Order: sequence, then C-alpha cells, then structure tokens
Amino acid sequence: MKIAVCVKQVPDTWAEKQLQAADSTLDRESADGVMNELDEYAVEEALKLVEAHGGEVVVVTMGPERAAETVRKALSMGADAGVHLVDGALHGSDALATSYALAEVLSGRGFDLVMFGSESTDARMSVVPAMVAERLGVAQLTFAQKVDVAGDTVTIQRVTETGYDTVEASMPAVVSVVEKINEPRYPSFKGIMAAKKKPVETLSVTDAGLDAARLGLSAAWTKVDDFAARPPKAAGTVVTDEGDGGAKLAGFLSEQKFI
Amino acid sequence: MGEVLVLVEQTDGSVKKVTSELLTLARRLGEPSAVWVGPGFDDAAAAALGEFGATTVYVAADESLRKHPVAPVAEVLAQLVAEKAPVAVLVASTADGKEAAGRLAVKTNSGVITDAVDVSAALVATQSVFGGSTVVHSTVTSGTPIITVRGNSVAPEAAPATPARVDVTVTLSDAAAKATVTGRTVAAKGGRPDLTEAAIVVSGGRGVGSAEGFAVIEALADSLGAAVGASRAATDAGWYPHQFQVGQTGKTVSPQLYVANGISGAIQHRAGMQTSKTIVVVNKDAEAPIFELADYGVVGDLFTVVPQLTEEIRNRAH
Repeated sequence: MKIAVCVKQVPDTWAEKQLQAADSTLDRESADGVMNELDEYAVEEALKLVEAHGGEVVVVTMGPERAAETVRKALSMGADAGVHLVDGALHGSDALATSYALAEVLSGRGFDLVMFGSESTDARMSVVPAMVAERLGVAQLTFAQKVDVAGDTVTIQRVTETGYDTVEASMPAVVSVVEKINEPRYPSFKGIMAAKKKPVETLSVTDAGLDAARLGLSAAWTKVDDFAARPPKAAGTVVTDEGDGGAKLAGFLSEQKFI
Repeated sequence: MGEVLVLVEQTDGSVKKVTSELLTLARRLGEPSAVWVGPGFDDAAAAALGEFGATTVYVAADESLRKHPVAPVAEVLAQLVAEKAPVAVLVASTADGKEAAGRLAVKTNSGVITDAVDVSAALVATQSVFGGSTVVHSTVTSGTPIITVRGNSVAPEAAPATPARVDVTVTLSDAAAKATVTGRTVAAKGGRPDLTEAAIVVSGGRGVGSAEGFAVIEALADSLGAAVGASRAATDAGWYPHQFQVGQTGKTVSPQLYVANGISGAIQHRAGMQTSKTIVVVNKDAEAPIFELADYGVVGDLFTVVPQLTEEIRNRAH
C-alpha cells in the first residue's frame, strides 16, 4: 500500500509563540522549528502499517525552506521519500488554502491512505484533515486511536467525548491520529544516515500546478484585525500549608461563592 | 434581521449547554435558527432551543445522517446556507463541530474561524491563542462567516420563543457516505459533567503519583460537582484515561473555577486551561510556574491539603 503522511513544521512546543506585527502571521523564526508532535504519531503509524502490509511511505509538507528539516526527520524515522511544497506565495495561507494546496499535490499520486496528526500545536484548528478529505472526495477517518487495514478496508477507533466509535471505509481514505495511538520511534543513527540518500521532490506553486490567486495571505478567507498580548494576570494569593491549607482554600472558595 | 444558523450539539436527544450559549450569541447577530441533525428531536428539545431564542428549528431527522461521521452534517448545513443565505453559521468548538465547519467552509467557499471566545454584532471574532497568551480579533472576509465557539465562553441568557419546526430532506452525496460508523463504545462514566462543559474542573498531574492517587482528585471533584481533568504527564503515565487530558494535545477548558493539583504548569498544560475564570493551585513546589496563574495557591502536599479541602466542603454543605 502507498501511504502519504502530511507533516507540518511548527515552533517548538515548549517555546512561547507570538504573532508578527507586520502581517499578523506566526513568527516562525524566533523559535526552533520541530515536526508537529502529533505528526510524529502519524509517521509512526504509517511505518507500522507498511511494515505489516508492505508498501511505501511518502512524507508531504508545505512550508518554508527550513521545513525540509521536518521532511528529513520523517525520512530518518523510516519514510521512503519526501515531497516539499515551498514557495514565497504560500506565506500566510489559511486552512482553506493549505487544504487546497495539499489536496492538489496529493491527488493523482495513487495514495491508499493520507495520514495526518489530528491537530498542529501552533494553529490548533484541527480542520485540515477534514478539509482535505472533502476536497479529495474520499472517506474521512479522523481522531483515530487505532488503525487496522484488511484488504482494501481501513477501520479505525475514532475518539469521541464519551469513548470511541468504530468507523470503517474502503480505501483511499484520509486518516488523522491522536497521540494515544502509538509511541513514535526515535531515528536511529543508521536511519539518519540513510535519510540523506532518500529522494525529496521540491515543488514550487507552478510545479504543483496551483493557482497562486488562491494561496497566501492576500487570498485568505479570513483576516486578523488586530492582536495583543493578553493582559498579565494580577498576582494572586499564595500561602504555605501549615496544616490548615485545605481550610484556607475552602475559605477562599467560599468568599468567591463556589461553595 | 438576517438569519443565523446554530448547529445543535446534543447527546441522545438532549440539548447540550453550549447550544444555549451559541443561541445567546446568535441573537446579537440576527435571528437564531437551530439546525438539528439526526433522529431524536422532540418537544423537550424544541422547548430547550426555544428557551434561548431559536425561532426556527431545521430538523434533518434521517437516521442515516448519524451513520457517517461529520460529512453529512456539513452537507445539511451547506444546503441550508444555499437556501437561506444566513448572515453567519455558529458551531460548537468540539472535534466534530470544527471538522463539520471546515468541510462546510470548503463546500461554500467561505472563511472559517475556530475556537472563538466571543463574536461581536459586527461579526468580529475574538480568539485566545497560544495557550491564552495572545488575544486576536478576526473577521471572515469571503463567503458566509463560519465561526466555531468554545464552550463556557458566553453566559447563556434565556429569551423565550416558540420555534417553528421545518423539516429538511437531504440527499447525501456518495462522498459523504464513504465512512460508516459500525459501532459505538461508551466508556464507563460516572455522574460527572462533561469536561468541556463543566463549570468547575478539578485536575491532577505528575504530583498525584499513581492511578490510585486520583481517588483524592475525584473525591474533591465530586464534592464540588466538578469534572475531573488530568495533565499530559498523568495520562501518558496511564494514571488517568486519555480523554480527560487538558492541554495543548488534549481538551481546552474554560470553566468558572479550575483547581490544579500537583501540576507544574508547563505550556503544554497552560494552553488548555489558561482562560479559566478563577484558578486555584495546590503544589508542593513553590517555584512551579502554575503559581503565576493562581488566584489562590497553596504550597503544600496535595495528599493532605486536598482531602482537608474536600472535608471542609462536605461539612459546609450540611
């Protein structure tokens, strides 16, 4: 089977993130770029599926030059090849534009599964997998905590508010995964060396046959009017427990009318 | 005034609180119409929606709509957007709600804003991003504004109306029926409120130390009628089920009161709870960054402080 895994480079999860004053887009330079954590789980799951059923894993990303590091990371984990869509015209693309570009790059390549992490830690919209499924007209199997493939059927456990739903579809399908699904492997030294020789196809907007008028900040369907740092919270009261910490807390909750 | 579509969130036919919040918000923007997808609509549901001002309820009651995840909901909404030309579509910021909004945005070629905490009459959405560190105002500039709104962001205000029921027939596309739900598994759940809807959330983290330790957290939660949450450290360690994780890779909550026990307050966790109205902290490490968020904090061992607090609450209730 042929699996695409869409990955995104994001600012380090542990870094403080900020918007740029000039165009209200995410400042991607001020923090280290890492592979979006949930995407590592998608890469791991794709590798496991291919180990069990045969086939290949192609990692696909859209992002600036340095997002190539994220492609390389997935290759060093064991993915077979990469596709990197990189173009200044993509800067500021919103979810609609991103899903359009990804769907165009993915279609016609014969993927059985297109996998994603269920959300990115920067934008946190969690809509791109569903949008890509909509655009490709294929089954949407999202928020998977378990993925099984048998013949041309893929079955997942979709996490819900109260437990999980079992959902199945014929391939091709779009699958997004939650972090409960597996434990991503660390790239081995051998994997890192091997990754240097693996093919990465670099595409511009023109190479990919995309309509530039539908991409980037100027084409976005939404706009940021303004933004500001949240006003700092007034310092609260902190006491040290001297045997009456619980009682003091109860006093505070009572004053605030919670009890 | 133009019509505002509000997608109803329901469990087994009962309307969830977030829907009354969305209807309250919708009244600022225009005339609220509720959209019900799936079977189970009855007089009680009509009354619950009418109480918060729904003047129309569009009911797409076909059983088959619930057999396929998300996509049918987007098709019902897309059909209504085409027929009614609403001024906006409001959807709860749940996992399913956001995905339906995303698919609807593609279908109608409209902008979508997710996780709004407020929407003004001029359709400017307020979002609290990067773990609550930045407040952003945004507008949809193309198509019908589609906005998903977080639970607990708006206080529901009653404005009684008697909604007219309008049945909607939708012919699902082949694409929407490609994924099929073959089973539903409901995890054992006590009588606690839903994490994202609860007015009070009591959470435990690394400091709880074990699955057994969560009994102390649950006892406090039950004394307050609260939901239980857990930090990533606690769910990764297997001490508490994954679906209760609060944080960057889990749920985002914004309750009236958040009680953080044995949680250090790494950005991973803060991102999921920083917008809570009142924050109370119990942690034995006085240097833990979570204290920066605390309205009231106790430096001490949670295994002595929390049971004492629970006891005090129980005594006061008598």
